[in-house]
Amino acid sequence: MLKDSDRIFTNLYGRHDWHLKGAKKRGDWDKTKSLMAKGQQWIIDEVALSCLRGRGGAGFPTGRKWCFLPKDDGVTPRYLVINADESEPGTCKDRDILRHEPQKLVEGALLAGFAIGSNTGYIYIRGEFHREAEHLETAIAEAYEAGLLGKNAAGSGWDFNLYVHRGAGAYICGEETALLESLEGRKGFPRLKPPFPAVVGLYGCPTIVNNVETIAVVPTILRRGGAWFAGIGTPDNTGPRIFCISGHVNAPCNVEEASGIPLKELIEEHAGGVRGGWNNLLAVIPGGSSVPLIPAEVCGKVLMDTPSLACFNSSLGTGAVIVMDKSTDIVRAIARLSKFYMHESCGQCTPCREGTGWMWRMLIRLADGIGTIEDIDRLEDVTYEIEGHTICGLGDAAAWPVQGLIRHFRPELERRIRARKAA
Amino acid sequence: MKKASEVFTFSKENEAQIQEILKRYPEGRQASAILPLFYLAQKQCGGWLPGSAIETVTEMLGLPVIRGYEVATFYTMFNLEPVGKYHLQVCGTTPCMLRGSEELFHVCKKHLGIERGETTDDGLFTLSEVECIGACVNAPAIQINDDYFEDLDENSFQNLLEDLKAGLKVKPGSALGRQGSAPLKKEA
Amino acid sequence: MPKLLIDEQEIEVPEGMTVLQAAEMLGIEIPVFCYHPKLSIAGNCRMCLVEMDKSPKPIASCAMPANEGMVIRTQTPMVKKARQGVLEFLLINHPLDCPICDQGGECDLQDITMAYGGDTSRFNLNKRAVPDKEFGPLIETAMNRCIQCTRCIRFATEIAGVPELGATGRGEDMEIGTYVQKTITSELSGNLIDICPVGALTSKPYNFRGRPWELSSTPSVDVLDAVGCSIRIDTRGRDVMRILPRANDEVNENWISDKTRFACDGLKYQRLDRPYVRGEDGRLKPVGWDEAFDVIVDRLQHIPGNHVAAIVGDMVDAEAMIALKDLMTAMGSPHIDCRQDGVLIGTGPRCSYLFNTTIAGVERADFCLLIGTNPRWEAPLINTRIRKNYLFTGLPVALIGPFHEQGYPVDHLGNDPLILEKIRNGRHPISAALKAAKHPMMILGVGGRVFICVKYLILIRRPATRGGG
Repeated sequence: MLKDSDRIFTNLYGRHDWHLKGAKKRGDWDKTKSLMAKGQQWIIDEVALSCLRGRGGAGFPTGRKWCFLPKDDGVTPRYLVINADESEPGTCKDRDILRHEPQKLVEGALLAGFAIGSNTGYIYIRGEFHREAEHLETAIAEAYEAGLLGKNAAGSGWDFNLYVHRGAGAYICGEETALLESLEGRKGFPRLKPPFPAVVGLYGCPTIVNNVETIAVVPTILRRGGAWFAGIGTPDNTGPRIFCISGHVNAPCNVEEASGIPLKELIEEHAGGVRGGWNNLLAVIPGGSSVPLIPAEVCGKVLMDTPSLACFNSSLGTGAVIVMDKSTDIVRAIARLSKFYMHESCGQCTPCREGTGWMWRMLIRLADGIGTIEDIDRLEDVTYEIEGHTICGLGDAAAWPVQGLIRHFRPELERRIRARKAA
Repeated sequence: MKKASEVFTFSKENEAQIQEILKRYPEGRQASAILPLFYLAQKQCGGWLPGSAIETVTEMLGLPVIRGYEVATFYTMFNLEPVGKYHLQVCGTTPCMLRGSEELFHVCKKHLGIERGETTDDGLFTLSEVECIGACVNAPAIQINDDYFEDLDENSFQNLLEDLKAGLKVKPGSALGRQGSAPLKKEA
Repeated sequence: MPKLLIDEQEIEVPEGMTVLQAAEMLGIEIPVFCYHPKLSIAGNCRMCLVEMDKSPKPIASCAMPANEGMVIRTQTPMVKKARQGVLEFLLINHPLDCPICDQGGECDLQDITMAYGGDTSRFNLNKRAVPDKEFGPLIETAMNRCIQCTRCIRFATEIAGVPELGATGRGEDMEIGTYVQKTITSELSGNLIDICPVGALTSKPYNFRGRPWELSSTPSVDVLDAVGCSIRIDTRGRDVMRILPRANDEVNENWISDKTRFACDGLKYQRLDRPYVRGEDGRLKPVGWDEAFDVIVDRLQHIPGNHVAAIVGDMVDAEAMIALKDLMTAMGSPHIDCRQDGVLIGTGPRCSYLFNTTIAGVERADFCLLIGTNPRWEAPLINTRIRKNYLFTGLPVALIGPFHEQGYPVDHLGNDPLILEKIRNGRHPISAALKAAKHPMMILGVGGRVFICVKYLILIRRPATRGGG
């Protein structure tokens, strides 16, 4: 359980004033100038010490990512881009930061921007988050007015400008290179990597793209120390993080907890437990729709930690826990995720463009038991034909839930086929 | 030659706002402004983005018009055909589906007579199924124009629709009175 | 110069080369759809995936820069499975059109499937249908067959300079086209037929007329403009069926203009192989030779000889010209000429008519002055070189003469030949740029020769370069 004193987000539910005044009372913008005075390298080192991993789903070590920027080439401008295109089904944590704790993000942007040598930051926010974007614009305006942004931001001597850029309804724009394409005014088509954004990013300049929560925790890490952050959670997943618990629980909610908390504890302590009791649990998707599900038998043993979940062929992802009880038609639930990926596929590369639609169509037939046992093998084979062969991770993300379904619920698929044949 | 009525022009206020928007991006990178400009045009046209607006925006930004069509057809939030006064965007992805989004579609069918993709005859409501809108812990959720309405069930959604029909002011957020994503407090 | 290993063979390549190009140098074939040596890299078909040591996923060889110490394998089970997978995905929605598709027999999808694909289809659902687009009288479309390789979009945008094609929609609903119906307005549009790897874009005039294995090819040179593009004439028996480009990096790279490609139908249709007489209704109708001669004699016999004039066109053979000259002499008329454009064939230095920039050399110019010429119409394959130079270096191009869109930005100085005088005397805004340029080039067109004396050009400091005609 996370101690209250270790909590970073003290206004997650918006019970207190989200404006600059209220934020300052909660500790935001406290001695920002002196943090920056310690220098860019100190900031990067402290973040590296914290072992902070990106909170956008990929979990890449943040300190290491910041080191990918080319050294000493003050020629081209550098950009900080904050990924607020939260669209992973099950995930709604960045929304709370954007609407209730925006100053944490703004201060984090200044500190991170300074650390990587950037004078300009863009926050790419999904188009549907209209009100959240308004809060963010207000927060930025308040920060400018108070001299915390713009020339000589927070009195540090560093100029930093921050802008909000609204997306327009595309999950694929959450992928960092597709986001850059969209920011540059084009369709959200992911770019080929290499080159990586840290070398060739926004407008061809070195760019760091980080998730909202990742940037928003940077000020607290710097104030309380990277060691403090690393002391919470597990060695592979440090620090507190915001979990989103949705689906068949009695009290779905967002909650900030320590990384590595046992899944059962998370669900029972914070979300009122599984509907109908723990024994009514069927399966859980532990990290947003892109990770394979884990069946009930395993849920009692697993920690919300990458190695623990990897033992059961799953992953921490965004920390979005989708709980499904025994009333769920598991095949239709996963089929609906396949439909999501088909809808969101950008269409650029062959396996994803053709494969996501094929997987969905096969699954909805299997949901009704239409087909043969061999169709299950065919579907599984198709997921392996997509996985690893696409330009970006959406192909993998589309394949994994289906693999999870077949791995743990194959008997259910076979049962439906036999039942239909018998009828 | 196009008739004057076929050419889209921005209002004076929007023109001023466009100048502000263009300042956000570096010199020569005005193509980045295509999304904000499309939004402005869509709002000015009452909720949809006609081809004439796409042409005007691409011309303003010095882009070939086909690039404008590509962007307008790629992103789902640009409505290429007129929509009703209230655009009901019901999330149907799995987390909302698990908590009863299908019921919301039934309510629309029963009380408004429309299915996915349809508009009521009086032009008040257009119903669309959308993908995850990012309010999963307050499911089922729906976006109506710019606001989210969450934690809905058959009754609360029906009441909401009736209030909208009657022109009453409605309160976005959780229909259960939850504060944001806070868990529902058990009755003491 | 990075050294890498491909299929156990070592090769050293120039910096910046991709793994695919390195493999090509070794003679190792890697199948591709979206890659084309003359277009930008897209990397979206995923057909070129190969295995790279230390990478858990295969890499796209068309896009991966060759680095020192890379170990690439193209024949492993992972690569075979990846290729079969990509082909399976391409074929699930691809219609079974081979029997009725013009591309059959010269289709990349057919050839690559035979070499790398699986032997059966596992798809038992309905294939998607895509509406056909209307691109004009030259390009036939069958968009069901499109595999969204985006070569056509890149060609139109990059080489032809007409950004009219795009991919609208998203995911499996993505469609290639102009979105709002319009003809492709480029003189190079026929090349889209060549670069489309499947039968989505085919030649409308050639539609359903032949199969590639019935045709014999004869390499030749195009005579319809002064560029002299390398072409390939495909014939079946005595009929010329079609003209295709031959690759020639010195002249036309891989392209030919639409005029060159489609004019061959004039050899068979509406050919002037019998006399025609215009009737009362104003229409031409075919007549026999006797009747034709009667009409000629009837018209000419009461006209004084020297009131008759004759003009001979560029394509007329010598024998016909002698016959005409004899006729005119017999009638007593001296009015015969063969110069349709009134040009004065100068006797100046050789460099003024050799186009000694060379066509490929246009890419090295750092300033271009066009005088009385419309390269886009007069010599499309010179225009592509100018555009290529502009794309890579931002070549400044200035024009004196009537303005026409060229497909790249042109600084229109005006339509007055006296502007040249100003440039020569250093009193024109571009004089400085012209003087500073290390490899300037000038193209003097037909329009230029009519109005100005060749003298002006010789007096301009750098030697002039002529082209077109």
